Amino acid sequence: MSAKMIEIRWHGRGGQGAKTAALLFAETIMATGMYIQAFPEYGPERMGAPVQSFNRISEDPIIIHSGIKVPNYVVILDSSLIESVPVTDGLDKSGKVIVNTSLSTSEVAEKLDISINQVYVVNASRIALETIGKDIPNTPMLGALVKVIGTLDIDGVLKNVKTKLMVKFRHKPGIVEGNLASIKMAFNEVKS
Amino acid sequence: MMKTAYSKGNLVAKTGNEVMAEALRQIEPDVVAAYPITPATEIVQIFSQFVADGTVKSEYVAVESEHSAISATIAASAAGARAMTSTSSQGLCLMWEMLYIASGLRLPIIMAEVNRAISAPININADHSDTMGARDTGWIQIYSENSQEAYDNIIQATRIAEKAKLPALVAMDGFITSHCMEVVETYPDADVKAFVGEYKPERYLLDVKRPYTLGSIDLQDYYFEHRYQLAQAVIDARDIILDVAEEFKRTFGREYSFYEKYMLDDAEVAIVIIGSAAGNVKAVVKELREKGIKAGVLKIRVYRPFPAKQIVKDLAHVKVIAVMDRSDSCSGAFPPVYSDVTASLYSARVLGPKVLSYIYGIGGREFCDEQVVKVYETLGEVAAGLEKYSREVEYINVRIK
Repeated sequence: MSAKMIEIRWHGRGGQGAKTAALLFAETIMATGMYIQAFPEYGPERMGAPVQSFNRISEDPIIIHSGIKVPNYVVILDSSLIESVPVTDGLDKSGKVIVNTSLSTSEVAEKLDISINQVYVVNASRIALETIGKDIPNTPMLGALVKVIGTLDIDGVLKNVKTKLMVKFRHKPGIVEGNLASIKMAFNEVKS
Repeated sequence: MMKTAYSKGNLVAKTGNEVMAEALRQIEPDVVAAYPITPATEIVQIFSQFVADGTVKSEYVAVESEHSAISATIAASAAGARAMTSTSSQGLCLMWEMLYIASGLRLPIIMAEVNRAISAPININADHSDTMGARDTGWIQIYSENSQEAYDNIIQATRIAEKAKLPALVAMDGFITSHCMEVVETYPDADVKAFVGEYKPERYLLDVKRPYTLGSIDLQDYYFEHRYQLAQAVIDARDIILDVAEEFKRTFGREYSFYEKYMLDDAEVAIVIIGSAAGNVKAVVKELREKGIKAGVLKIRVYRPFPAKQIVKDLAHVKVIAVMDRSDSCSGAFPPVYSDVTASLYSARVLGPKVLSYIYGIGGREFCDEQVVKVYETLGEVAAGLEKYSREVEYINVRIK
């Protein structure tokens, strides 16, 4: 892995949009001028089953196609997965975990048994309910991820998400606005 | 900064399946017949939407099995149409007898194939067992490392097949490539259409002015000659493949050949590999080179026809070679790529290189950088004079009792 490449692992449950989030994240980051990869892990396809998806982003072309073993960022869409899935697998001391939860960073750090400096929390489910009207935490978590990575262009991301969603939901402009608001809110609310 | 190879190219984020469907839309064959199978389903699913939306004028035949899919494609091709299909794994297996008929009738059918393991046990992930099983069917086989190559290969394959009068399949690794979104450069519709051109079959069944018979009985008197001609046609396809690659480079700016050489010319140790894993191997070689280790890669793109003479020339100077197979022949001898590479070397009396056989990644088993490094370490030790190395097939990352 080149020094400049960022590797991300998403954990969710079937139906929460972990795959969609990784794809949307990749597309929007590519539109800001970076190389990307987004790929899901294929296993049992059932609602509620633990699922993973992955991203690589880099200034340079990405030639590797292996799985991600040492993620720089782990995004957890459903905090109940902390109890049942080894979400910190491969995470080294510099790795960061972003959790959709109403708990504090210290509470999450204790559950994950990692340093509090590695933990970020945001109540993405609440944000999704307020902005989109449904508990779909994947889009707000995208905003939180952009904030935690720190080097990405949030305005560019918002612009590209808008373009992308406008095509998909051209008959439902409310959905587009709700999703954009959720990204902004999570970007502002995510805390260490 | 991201750049295009072609001045009118367009960078998009697409999965291998999506970009394959995009190529099919641009090529706009007369007939597509297919049956869904993971992980290739999306290709024809997306394409059938193009048909439903009227984006393409292609006739889409929804069939009840892969046997019917290839049969309908054969019939359409024999009738004079540009015909394509797509499948994977068990689907390719179900097409089996018809694969030979497609090549025996010299029909330039194009297939987008997504490499997947074969049952049993059931497995949906990548290995090359499906297409390697079809290696002697008389089909041209072109493999892709990533989505860009899959897109470029299917465009070239259309020209190659029609000029060679042979069916051709373009393969990419299941999920690893088919479901991985990455940056791909696509070309304008008009430019792709201009490159593939219009299909003008020399003879076809619906040509009522020049009627002819296709697929008649052919016993001891002529069958042998016809099969000999088929084998010669596969050999002759080599020049066509290089010509099309040359024109592709002139048009779209990307360079293709039978295989890609990566730091091979002065390499002392090298890996021969096919498909998506080549990227990781190249990344490892880059690091080894920085440490002064003369490592290289030969990534096979065109497996049928096998570029025997060229490969021998480019491997002759290498001290130790590992041939990595992503399928097993269960033969008691050696897996397919190893067999072809070593037979090519031996028949040319190039006996310098020591050649080791490895099998990896069966059923989607992870193949990671540490394993690549270990293979190069072994090659280095053998090159340095280690005599006690395996003369048998070595399996990577498998639990053996």
